[in-house]
Amino acid sequence: MTAKKQAPPHPSGDERYKAIDRTMKRFKYQKDALLEVLNAAQETFGYLSEELLFYISQQLHVPFARVYGVATFYHMFTFEPLGEHNCIVCAGTACYVKGADYIARYLADAFDIEPGGTTPDGLFSLTMARCLGSCGLAPVVVLDGEVRGKETAEGITARVREVVAASREHLQEEAG
Amino acid sequence: MNNELLLQLAQEERDRQAQYQRRIFCCTSTACLSAGAGVTHQALEQGVAACRCDEHEAEVVKTGCMGLCSRGPLVRVETQDTEPVLYGDVTAEVAQQIVAQHVPLQGQDDEIDPDDLDDDVSPHDFLHFRASLRQARQKKGLDRYIIPLDLPFFTKQVKVVLNETGHIDPESLEDYLAHGGYEALAKVLDEMTPQIVCEEILESRLRGRGGAGFPTGLKWKLTLQEEGPEKFVIVNGDEGDPGAYMDRTVMEDDPHRVLEGMIICAYAVGATYGYFYIRGEYPIAIQRIQRAIRAARRRGILGKSVLGTGFSFNADVRIGAGAFVCGEETALIHSVEGQRGMPRIRPPYPSAYGLWGKPTVINNVETMGNVPSIITRGANWFDSIGTEKSKGTKVFALAGQLRNTGLIEVPMGITLREIVYEIGGGIPNERDFKAAQTGGPSGGCIPADYLDAPVDYESLKALGSIMGSGGLVIIDDTTLMPDFARFFMDFCVDESCGKCMPCRVGTVQIRTLLDQIIAGEGTPDDLARLEKLCKLVQKTSLCGLGQSAPNPVVSTLNYFRHEYEELVQAGEVAEAGA
Repeated sequence: MTAKKQAPPHPSGDERYKAIDRTMKRFKYQKDALLEVLNAAQETFGYLSEELLFYISQQLHVPFARVYGVATFYHMFTFEPLGEHNCIVCAGTACYVKGADYIARYLADAFDIEPGGTTPDGLFSLTMARCLGSCGLAPVVVLDGEVRGKETAEGITARVREVVAASREHLQEEAG
Repeated sequence: MNNELLLQLAQEERDRQAQYQRRIFCCTSTACLSAGAGVTHQALEQGVAACRCDEHEAEVVKTGCMGLCSRGPLVRVETQDTEPVLYGDVTAEVAQQIVAQHVPLQGQDDEIDPDDLDDDVSPHDFLHFRASLRQARQKKGLDRYIIPLDLPFFTKQVKVVLNETGHIDPESLEDYLAHGGYEALAKVLDEMTPQIVCEEILESRLRGRGGAGFPTGLKWKLTLQEEGPEKFVIVNGDEGDPGAYMDRTVMEDDPHRVLEGMIICAYAVGATYGYFYIRGEYPIAIQRIQRAIRAARRRGILGKSVLGTGFSFNADVRIGAGAFVCGEETALIHSVEGQRGMPRIRPPYPSAYGLWGKPTVINNVETMGNVPSIITRGANWFDSIGTEKSKGTKVFALAGQLRNTGLIEVPMGITLREIVYEIGGGIPNERDFKAAQTGGPSGGCIPADYLDAPVDYESLKALGSIMGSGGLVIIDDTTLMPDFARFFMDFCVDESCGKCMPCRVGTVQIRTLLDQIIAGEGTPDDLARLEKLCKLVQKTSLCGLGQSAPNPVVSTLNYFRHEYEELVQAGEVAEAGA
């Protein structure tokens, strides 16, 4: 690897960029570390903004088009922030056989969004996962990191309503 | 570190374990963790601590998958002189009962009488905890949670790859050593030349467990024959098939076994560096493999001089970011190189032109997991298990409408009936078996008529399905086949990488046709069109994803055609009425 002039650190001084810098440093700013860097960025920021992708492109000396192309190819990368509460419905085969699509449809209708979408108030988003690998507990949903096995559409929807209502109240209190 | 040190470490660990009167194993694999094993483990540890017994009375061990995931969290108690006892559905409360049942309560007795327990005392209070332990001792009904170990679920299985899984602490190199770990590697480095290792694997007739079933020994031999100072080994842990989690379990619960297989492979083909390519959705697997690599480096099992022999090999982890197509070897290589995971035309095969253009062996996690056992026990032993052309065992993630679901390892050639009705315990809710789906989105559905077919590469292929990586989903008569086929087609549309036209466009067109048929807007012509299109996509796609994408449709059209025809006829009647 020839020594290239290193692009300066991100001007915002945002601490999170430093985590990405560390990953790039670990891979000696090699171009083929792009996927690792994107993984680190997704984990640190929760989603990949255009600004973030541009920063990575400059640091690794990879064309922006390629960074964008690679990022959009893989399912794990998202480009919009998630809602405050996030519910993941497993769409694996075992969960499908046990009615996961019904659960997803039920939740989506209850909050008037599409799977993969976020409510306009930013409080709730519904995502689908390929397979969470807990097939023995199918159907599986994950609400804010808590895995709930053998779940029902009504049960999870009621629970989501509760947490969303709590957040809304909290927001109103702060505003009022 | 050399071989003697290795054996010494193993002996020390065995001695350490033998000191304990009883060892309580708590499964902390992903499935059990989802069912609450974290709390269970904590309750066990607290309980044992509160017993204030002699240090060597009991040890709580975090271990891997015990198989019967539908009954998780699972806890097994092993004592020195009695048979092990397995408990299922272990909540924190049951965990306390288990401790009370098996571990003696010693030390000063309690100041609090169990009957005086009230809500004012914090449950974290030590005395309170002891009092409740005493109370738990009097409780009855722990027997309800015992899972008999003579169930067909356990007795029908043959463990090779999962041999140590559920018996060792996956985060401890010493525990793996105590179970004979890295002995195969030591044997290979000590007694065998790379050629002999390749021959041994070839003779065992081990075939790739990723699904296609290519002879592993042949792959190694081809790579060995390639010239070049730099060669690579990649372990494919990009298990993308929805409903399958065998590879994840092996990586999570016995990471050193996979690593050992990888190092043996590297020695056999002359590779100097290896990568584990693991799905980003498997954080625990990533962490455990990374930990195993670090431990192996510390002990000189990886590095410039593996076990002091001068053979140099190192390994690292690359994290996949969720693309099914990356299970295809050339796509996987592109992904490791930091590009879009798109396949390319073969030949040249990776054995000649792989990672960064260098000769590369790519093997599935389970394939690598078989290697240490073949070396230690010999090719003939492995060759004696299974059917004529499919040797050894296969790990399946058994899921769907069954009484017992979980992770199983069965000898090749076992019948589907044995898996469904004996191991799986049959279909619950008085429903009927409808089909077994193997191979995920690349496989097919096998109907009840073929329940007695042996499970091996050839038979499954003849039935229009494939062995696949090991997903086995049982469906009952509540699932409609056209819907099920559409579910998989949806998956393939999403996962098609877009490089070749038949797959990119064909999958979308197949889905559109299925949508029409399911909506009752199809005609008999559409069924013929669907079949023709499926054939086209199978024959003209670039890689395995496209070539096998129509399989779920083709196999359900073949075995459950009446369901499609009913939909088409219902549509025609409705149209005529309008």
